Amino acid sequence: MNTQQMPGSQNQSSFAATLRAALVHNAVWPISVLVLILVVNAIVAPAFFSIRIQDGRLFGSMIDVLYRGTAPAMIALGMAVVIGTKGIDLSVGSIVAVVGSVIAWRIKEGDPHLVILFTALAVGIVCGMWNGLLVAVLDIQPIIATLILMVAGRGIGLMVNLIYGGTDPSFESELLQGLSVGNIGLIPTRLILFVVIFAGLWLLLRRTALGLFIESVGGNPAAAQLAGIPSRLIKFSAYTISGFMTGWAGIILTADVHTSDPVKVAMFSELDAILAVVIGGGSLMGGRIYLGMTLLGALVIQTMVTSILMSGMPPEYNLIIKALLVLIILLLQSNNFRAAVIALLGRRK
Amino acid sequence: MAEPTSYRVEMRGVSKTFPGVRALDSVDLHLREGEVHALLGENGAGKSTLIKILTGALERDEGSVLLDGKPVEVHTTAEAQALGISTVYQEVNLIPTLSVTKNLTLGRQPTRYGLISWRKARMMAEERLKRLRLDIDPERPLGYYSVAIQQLVAIARALEDDTRVLVLDEPTASLDAEETELLFQIVRDLKAKGIAVVFITHFIDQVYQIADRISVLRNGRLVGTASTAELPRLKLISLMIGRELEKLGNRPVRAADDTIGAPALEAENLGRKRVMSPFDLTVHAGEVVGLAGLLGSGRTQTAKLIFGAIKPDSGTMKIASKPVGHFSPRGSLQQGLAFCPEDRKADGLIGELTVRENIILSLQAKRGWHHQLSRKDQDRLADDMIKALAIATPDAEKPVGQLSGGNQQKVVLARSLVSQPTALLLDEPTRGIDVGAHAEIVALIRRLCTEGLALLVASSEFDELVAVSDRIAVLRDRNKVAEIAGDEITRENIINAIAHR
Repeated sequence: MNTQQMPGSQNQSSFAATLRAALVHNAVWPISVLVLILVVNAIVAPAFFSIRIQDGRLFGSMIDVLYRGTAPAMIALGMAVVIGTKGIDLSVGSIVAVVGSVIAWRIKEGDPHLVILFTALAVGIVCGMWNGLLVAVLDIQPIIATLILMVAGRGIGLMVNLIYGGTDPSFESELLQGLSVGNIGLIPTRLILFVVIFAGLWLLLRRTALGLFIESVGGNPAAAQLAGIPSRLIKFSAYTISGFMTGWAGIILTADVHTSDPVKVAMFSELDAILAVVIGGGSLMGGRIYLGMTLLGALVIQTMVTSILMSGMPPEYNLIIKALLVLIILLLQSNNFRAAVIALLGRRK
Repeated sequence: MAEPTSYRVEMRGVSKTFPGVRALDSVDLHLREGEVHALLGENGAGKSTLIKILTGALERDEGSVLLDGKPVEVHTTAEAQALGISTVYQEVNLIPTLSVTKNLTLGRQPTRYGLISWRKARMMAEERLKRLRLDIDPERPLGYYSVAIQQLVAIARALEDDTRVLVLDEPTASLDAEETELLFQIVRDLKAKGIAVVFITHFIDQVYQIADRISVLRNGRLVGTASTAELPRLKLISLMIGRELEKLGNRPVRAADDTIGAPALEAENLGRKRVMSPFDLTVHAGEVVGLAGLLGSGRTQTAKLIFGAIKPDSGTMKIASKPVGHFSPRGSLQQGLAFCPEDRKADGLIGELTVRENIILSLQAKRGWHHQLSRKDQDRLADDMIKALAIATPDAEKPVGQLSGGNQQKVVLARSLVSQPTALLLDEPTRGIDVGAHAEIVALIRRLCTEGLALLVASSEFDELVAVSDRIAVLRDRNKVAEIAGDEITRENIINAIAHR
């Protein structure tokens, strides 16, 4: 029996080797799922691909994906940095809520709107520093440490709303309006803003040694410590970066609805952000940061959401379909699953 | 000895082979009733394999085991327990967050109407504690008590009414002198009850305090069993270390004394309770100082204290004549000290990062995050090191986790060298690497020294230390006991120093 199987298994191994080589790159699966979604769109709702110019700016579903995806992508990038340290930040949705409430409050107080923009960012950063304090200095497990702000943040938002009576948290602001629906040339302002922030983050991580240090601390904390890396400071800065990125997301999301809605805003955004990181090949075990891949992950999720909305499917199915697609991507990325599939294909031969 | 000895346990001609390794080669171990029998040997001697066979955790390939004269077949630890053979492992495997009662009764909770009766459990626990005359509150969580008490609770858990053999695997490893004495009192009680106690330890002094007889294993063979009184320390240590393959490495021609420069490292009264007794040690520029000692003598602890990886609670340190204010790896590195750890998997490598990233890590840490080394410099440093240390890797961008053990060791060494140290601590630099790489690293150590680097090399291989060192500090039982220099440096003198009281 053994001898009979030998040639077969040899075939299998060379076949498997080629297949494995093709599947090695992390980007393969998210990209193919993205393409799959687009192909389905092309069949079901060809209008998805139409882009037109209206009122001096670009319009269309594809633009909408980018437009809606900006804030979640910013959160996801911050999350990627935190996950790189083997941590997690569950508080991002709540930070958005706090940022939104502070914006509404300061507008009611009549601060100059540019000042408010910086105040809002500072609030995001302070929230991140709080998480960093708990995790890096007090050594609290990240999931618990950030859970505190996750729970408290929306409450803080509601409390801030009460400062000015809590009757009407909505506001008008030209500056924020510009960030939300404004455009520079044909391109939505927020996309330009995003590109600038993404480039800044990339430079910070890859053109200084911060990224290397974060990955070392996440990959092997004991070794990083012995190599002379200030682990606490590095972890602290990772959470601070997450706070900064989420602060921007908070500004954009608040500008979109021009009101402060601490209860509902950015609900489950932490889960989408974690998903984006994981779809992008990041491991919750830490040790690697993939900014580009995380961006791709966020793009996949947003394309999925927008496509489901566009397809005219009953919205009740949205969550299920989203979950299924994510499951498929994760299965494809799973080494065990791939090995099983390869073995199965090999046996068939 | 005239007494016609009926042994409690007789292990006869026990052999065990693992793939590629003969772990035990026809070993005899005889335990008498009511004796404390020390089982000694260096790493890989076969102590734990032998014990695992006795306690049913492993099955022997050959040989026989007799308990009170009757042959027994033990296939599981539960069967061994039932026969009265109990073991307490080195790391207490109890649950610190649970109460002492729960720890003592876990897995054998007394029940009443099918539910656990905590009243009965508590009585059971108190009875077990009483057996050891241990007066503690069984309702407190185990973690509330000191390691010594926890160790005793572990013994209380292992002891049954009918226990005939008790194996203690390094029970004193994390105990201080008083706690050890407490443990020994209990061991003497158990001995008086006729229990045969197997005592595994690396502390030679303790062997002479408590053991009646000693068996020494080396490379899977029993090299001797003798009563403690008849086995002087010197003899014991030479038994443990062995004398075969005694090809003393030719001592290299050393530079004259005047090439040895200013003190690069000065430790004064440096120590930490339970880790290492305070010691003085100086290493000069252009000098190699060896740290010699048996397993568990405190070699790694000494290096880690000097580097600040373990914070000392006494003493002072100077690096290049500048006092160390705040002990930390980062601080030491900034002051020009580098450390190459023994356990490269746990303490050295960051497996997912590339060879290049691993090599430049310490230098980059020294520069700070905002002064990134240019990619060109990184590539140059990595390529230089790959060439200089002959690291076998297709290129510098391979994840370091994929390299072989010896090459990983070289990467960790490269990281220390790249950080431009004035003094370098090497902990077991040749552990787990092949002969060729071994020679390269020994040669490299000498070369670095002639370039004016101060080196402190901790090693369990005395021949290696004799070959490279200008001076050797000898450690025993976490004390620095001697310093040997110049022509005095021989294997015999190291062994003498370890044995000497």
